[in-house]
Amino acid sequence: MPDERVGRHAAAPDACETLILPAQPWPDEPQDNGKLAPERRPSAGGAGKLRLVWVYPDLLSTYGDRGNLLVLTRRAELRGIEVEATEVNSDQHVPSQGDIYLLGGGEDLPQILAANRLRSDGGLAAAADRGAVVFAVCAGYQVLGHKFGGVEGEPVTGLGILDISSGRGERRGVGEIVADVDPVLGVPRLTGFENHQGVTKIGRGAKPLARVSQGVGNGDGTEGAYAGKVLGTYLHGPALARNPGLADLLLSWAVGSLEPLDPEAEDWASQLRAERLAATAG
Amino acid sequence: MSKLPLRARLATSIGGAAGRVSRLTGRGDGSVIGGVLGLRVEPDLLRLLAAGRQIVLVTGTNGKTTTTRLITAALGALGQGVASNAFGANMEAGLASALGRSPDAPYAVLEVDERYLPAVIEMTRPRVVVLLNLSRDQMDRAAELWLTARRWREALASAASCLVIANADDPLVAWAASAAPRVTWVAAGQHWHEDSWCCPECGSHLRRDELGWRCGECGFAKPPTRWVLSNDAVIDESGQMWELSLTLPGRANRSNALVALAVGCYFGATVEQALPRLRQVSSVAGRYTQVQRQGRTVRLLLAKNPAGWLEAFDVLTPSPGPVLLAVNAQTPDGKDTSWLWDVDYRVLLGRPVFIAGERRLDLAVRLEADRVPFKLVDGIDDAVGQVPGTELDVIANYTAFQQIRATLGRAD
Repeated sequence: MPDERVGRHAAAPDACETLILPAQPWPDEPQDNGKLAPERRPSAGGAGKLRLVWVYPDLLSTYGDRGNLLVLTRRAELRGIEVEATEVNSDQHVPSQGDIYLLGGGEDLPQILAANRLRSDGGLAAAADRGAVVFAVCAGYQVLGHKFGGVEGEPVTGLGILDISSGRGERRGVGEIVADVDPVLGVPRLTGFENHQGVTKIGRGAKPLARVSQGVGNGDGTEGAYAGKVLGTYLHGPALARNPGLADLLLSWAVGSLEPLDPEAEDWASQLRAERLAATAG
Repeated sequence: MSKLPLRARLATSIGGAAGRVSRLTGRGDGSVIGGVLGLRVEPDLLRLLAAGRQIVLVTGTNGKTTTTRLITAALGALGQGVASNAFGANMEAGLASALGRSPDAPYAVLEVDERYLPAVIEMTRPRVVVLLNLSRDQMDRAAELWLTARRWREALASAASCLVIANADDPLVAWAASAAPRVTWVAAGQHWHEDSWCCPECGSHLRRDELGWRCGECGFAKPPTRWVLSNDAVIDESGQMWELSLTLPGRANRSNALVALAVGCYFGATVEQALPRLRQVSSVAGRYTQVQRQGRTVRLLLAKNPAGWLEAFDVLTPSPGPVLLAVNAQTPDGKDTSWLWDVDYRVLLGRPVFIAGERRLDLAVRLEADRVPFKLVDGIDDAVGQVPGTELDVIANYTAFQQIRATLGRAD
């Protein structure tokens, strides 16, 4: 059969095989005992590349999760920051030397499998320990916590790198969500789409990312959570496409302060944000 | 018809009259309203209308309407009446309406919404169930894909009297069908892999090679197939090769034709008899229709989800042919546009790209991320007016497609 795929892995002669990258796309640094390694931080005009790691796209990629990788890449490159993006499948080791890690949404079984593999692999937890940025949506957000609800609602152990615990709620929250971000973070209000049945309690070691003005979020009026440079949200899929401010927050956590973008480069995203916020206000 | 109980006959005739009114007044194609009214009079109408017929159910995420049309064409070789919901009204009312319109047809080919398959199997007692594919689609309405596959699996496991004709190249479909007592496996291909990286049986990473797919952990693997698609040809169960040479474009339709031939053969329509009938099908419920507009040829392609967009890209006129993309997010489309990010638009580089639809700004941000230049337009006529050359391909999702068809006149 002619192989003319134009999907996610366009140039791939065989999508499965080419997704399998070298287990460690860059050499792991000597053990740094959890300390940051600022000298390796990329910056505009600097020599280092910004290393984006998309964790388990084979398990956690249900709602256009690639969007977050693409938006971060675009906004970094527009500022002259070179990006090296890596996709790590569930049968590969998660390298611990990335700058920003992305986790997407997924169905129950893949979510459980992802949590189990990530726990036994240890790479993501090590990365979070040394201060890498972690951005997770929906199922990925729940996986970062201490536990979440499995197929029948039974508790499944998560990674415990974000002080949250999730369970299964009464009904599915599906629809547009709008939420006002913790003012400390300086990010405009969030607009996105959620589709989940999770409820999440935030422990003392984390703070709510935002306060819900429309939608469900964590289920108690708050939405998402963050601690240090680990941030999760129920806005699913390409959450950063409608929230470039959040994308820039993640980038600034990785590379330091950012230059503003040319307004022209922001035009479509701004129009989309305005349209969605107006649509949900009605 | 005469065998039907009185109330079912009444229900059918009321439904038929309503359908005619709907068509005459231009409110719709009449394929649903009749069934809705009929079911109100006789809630068991679908079961009664299905009784005693040879029923074929067709389901899957993509290709249902076209495959239903192709199977109907193949069965035409048998020279007997075939009832069908040819316009894609694929829930209970649409099915009852289709059967009510052809009360004496001994055969019926019915496309079924993937979520309703178990209930429709129970009500219609089909001879054949066709499973095409399963991939992400309107995730804000559907439950998880794996749950849909599991419901199919449970329904098929207890459907002892029916033959399942299933696409072995789709792991989720294969898993659902493997529980059925009788399966004819066909190799209809799978180009969209993003929903089947994990084994449906155990959840582990699936391995793929040119021979198929296999789970490294539990051993669940692509079953051996009896019908195979090989480029433009079909290899039938006796090993004979047939050039398809369809009028309908694209590899997805070659897959659909393979399935139609397998169904036809099961009922006694040979490939030799059926294939010429498949070649005559040129457009299906407006899909693939060519319309003349302002001196240009406009070709309409429906694509409702990422796998469908992949297949639509496959049938575009060669680059640099211009293309209009139109996306809405009404209830029938799914209100969540996240799926746009699952489509790789870089294949459109080099073409003039126009974007329209109620969610064109979502498309704008998406295309910008792929560095694909585009131009916003206010609809089909605006695009046609700006097209260089004489041709325009249109890819639209469901309600956007219907809006464009309405603008162009209900061309079929």
